[in-house]
Amino acid sequence: MPRRLVRIWLLQVKQMSRSSFEMMGAVLLPLLFATLAFYVLRAGTHPHALLGASIGAGLMGTWSTVLFGAGSAIDHQRWQGTLELIVAAPTPLIVVLLSLTLATTTVGIYSLVATMTWGAILFGVPLDLVHPAAFLVAIPATIVALATLGLLMASTFIVLRNANALANTGEFPIWLLSGVLVPVALLPTWVQPVSSLLAPTWGVRALREAALGGSPWRAIGACVLCAAVQLALAAVALRRVERRARDRATLALT
Amino acid sequence: MEPAIEVDGLVRSYSATHGMVRRRRSTVEAVRGVSFQVARGELFGLLGPNGAGKTTTIKILTTLLLPTAGTARVCGLDVVADTRAVRTRIGYVFGGDRGLYDRLSGLDNLRYFAELYAVDPRGLRARIDEVLDLVGLGGREGDRVEGYSRGMRQRLHVARGLLHRPEVLFLDEPSIGVDAVAARELRAVVAHLVEDGTTVLLTTHYMFEADQLCDRIAVIARGSIVAEGTPAQLKDQVADDRVVEVQVFGIGEAEVARVRAITGVTSVIVEDHEQAQALIVHCERSLDVSAEVVAALDGVRVGSIATREPTLEDAYISLVTAAEDG
Ligand SMILES: Nc1ncnc2c1ncn2[C@@H]1O[C@H](COP(=O)(O)OP(=O)(O)OP(=O)(O)O)[C@@H](O)[C@H]1O
Ligand SMILES: [Mg+2]
Repeated sequence: MPRRLVRIWLLQVKQMSRSSFEMMGAVLLPLLFATLAFYVLRAGTHPHALLGASIGAGLMGTWSTVLFGAGSAIDHQRWQGTLELIVAAPTPLIVVLLSLTLATTTVGIYSLVATMTWGAILFGVPLDLVHPAAFLVAIPATIVALATLGLLMASTFIVLRNANALANTGEFPIWLLSGVLVPVALLPTWVQPVSSLLAPTWGVRALREAALGGSPWRAIGACVLCAAVQLALAAVALRRVERRARDRATLALT
Repeated sequence: MEPAIEVDGLVRSYSATHGMVRRRRSTVEAVRGVSFQVARGELFGLLGPNGAGKTTTIKILTTLLLPTAGTARVCGLDVVADTRAVRTRIGYVFGGDRGLYDRLSGLDNLRYFAELYAVDPRGLRARIDEVLDLVGLGGREGDRVEGYSRGMRQRLHVARGLLHRPEVLFLDEPSIGVDAVAARELRAVVAHLVEDGTTVLLTTHYMFEADQLCDRIAVIARGSIVAEGTPAQLKDQVADDRVVEVQVFGIGEAEVARVRAITGVTSVIVEDHEQAQALIVHCERSLDVSAEVVAALDGVRVGSIATREPTLEDAYISLVTAAEDG
C-alpha cells in the first residue's frame, strides 16, 4: 500500500506540474511573496526577522495552493471524469485521494522553498537555519499535515453539503486557525485551543522554530500525531462520502 | 458454476431538482425491475434507445451506483455487500473523451491505473506493452494524452480496462465517436477477449456491431427489458415481415398515416437522415405493398425504393417502438 500511495502521488505531481496555469502560480507567486516580505519588513533590519518573514510569505503560497487544490480535489476528478474510475477500482478511495492531496501540497511546499530561495537571491535574506536537520524533517511533516487536513475538509464538507463554493468559504476560517496565514499567537486566545488541534499549526511552528530557534522536534511530534488523527477522521468521512455519492449519483457530472 | 452476472428485479430512481429559485423535486425511474443473467464467457449486449437505463444498469453493476431495489451479483458477489471483491474482478470502459489524465502520457496513465488495480509491479511493463499491442496503441504510449485523437483515447480506455485481466468487462458504448476502421479493430479486440474467456457486457447503438458480436441481447426500453434472446431469435420476431424501405424528401404526418392505413402494413417508421428521410414499412411477408406505398406518397419527392429481409435493426426498432408507444 505505501508503495502504491507514493507512485500515485508522484504521477499526480507530474500531471499537476504540467499545468502551465499552476506552474506559473508556483513560480511567480513566490517571487511576489518574497518581494512583499522584503519590502514590508525592511524596516526591521534584524536578519532573522527577514528569514521569518520569508518563511511566512512562502507559507502563504503553500496555503493558497493547498486551499484551492486539496479542497477541490474531489470536484476536480469528477470534472475530469476520473472520479468514477477511481471509485470503481479496488484501492480504497482514501489512499487515492490522500496521494492526490499530498501531490497538491508538494507543489504548495515547493512555493515555500522557492520564496526562500528568491529571498536569498534577490534580497540577500540569510538562509542560516538554526536547526537545518529539523527543518528538513519539518517540511514533509507539514506536507502531511496540510494534505490530511485538506482531505478531511474536502470530505466533511461534501458530507455536510454538496456545493463546493460553500465548502471553500467554510475552509477559509479553518486554514486561518492553523496559523499558516497569521501566527497563532496573534489570534484571539479563545480560538487558540482549536488551533492546537490542527496539524498544520504544529507544522508551521516546527518550520519557524527550526529556522529561527526553539524546540522544533516537539512541534514535529505534535504535528505527526494530529495528522494521524486528521487522517483517521477523513477515512471515516470518506466512507460516508462514497456511499452517499453512490446513492445520489454524484460521482459523474451528468 | 454460477453466472458471471445475475440481475434480479433491479430498480433505480434518481431524484432531480429543477428551477433555481423555486426548487421542485421530481423522481425519474431510470430502471424499473430489470432481471437478466449472463453466463461466464458470454458476450451479452444491452440495447435500447437514449435514456432507456443502460448506463444506469451498468453503473449499478460496476458499484458506482446503489440500487433503489433489487439485487445484482457479479461473479457470485453482491455489488452492495461485497463491493471491494467485485471491484477487483471487473473492468469498466465508457465511450467519450473523458476519464484520462490529459497531461500525462498514455504510458503514465496506464501506470497510474495499474497502481489503482494493484497490478503486480513485477511484469507490469510487460503487461502494459501487451495491452498496448492488443489495442493497437504501441509506439504512441510516450505521447501526452492531450495530443491523442478520439480513437486513440478510446483505445487507451480499453487498454486501461484490461490491465488487471478482469473476469467481467463492462463496455458502455465503447465505439462512440470512433471511425469505422478503428471500430472494426475494437470489435476484433472484444471478440478476442471473449475467446480468451472474459465475460463482456456491451452497450451500443450500432445494431450491426451487436449482431456481429453478441451471443445474446436484451432490449431495454423505458427502464424495462422488452425482449431477450440471441440475435437470430430477435430477428425471428420480425421474420414474418417484409420490409420496404423508401427514401423520401420532406414527408408529413398525413402521408405517414396514409401508408399506415394500407392493408397488410404492420408498422411504419420514419428515420431522419442528413438530407432525406427513410420511410421503413413493415408488411406481411406474403404481400408486396411497394406499389401502394408509392401511391400513398403522392406529392412527396421519392428517391430509391427497396424491398428486403428484416435485419436486427428492424427487429430492434419494432420492439422499441412498440414499448414506447405502449
Ligand atoms: N445522475 C442522474 N440524475 C438524474 N437523472 C438521471 C441521472 N442519470 C441518468 N438519469 C436519467 O435516467 C434515465 C436513464 O439514463 P441512462 O443514462 O441509464 O440511459 P442510457 O440507456 O444509458 O441512455 P444513452 O443511450 O443515452 O446512454 C434517463 O431518463 C436519464 O435522464
Ligand atoms: Mg448510456
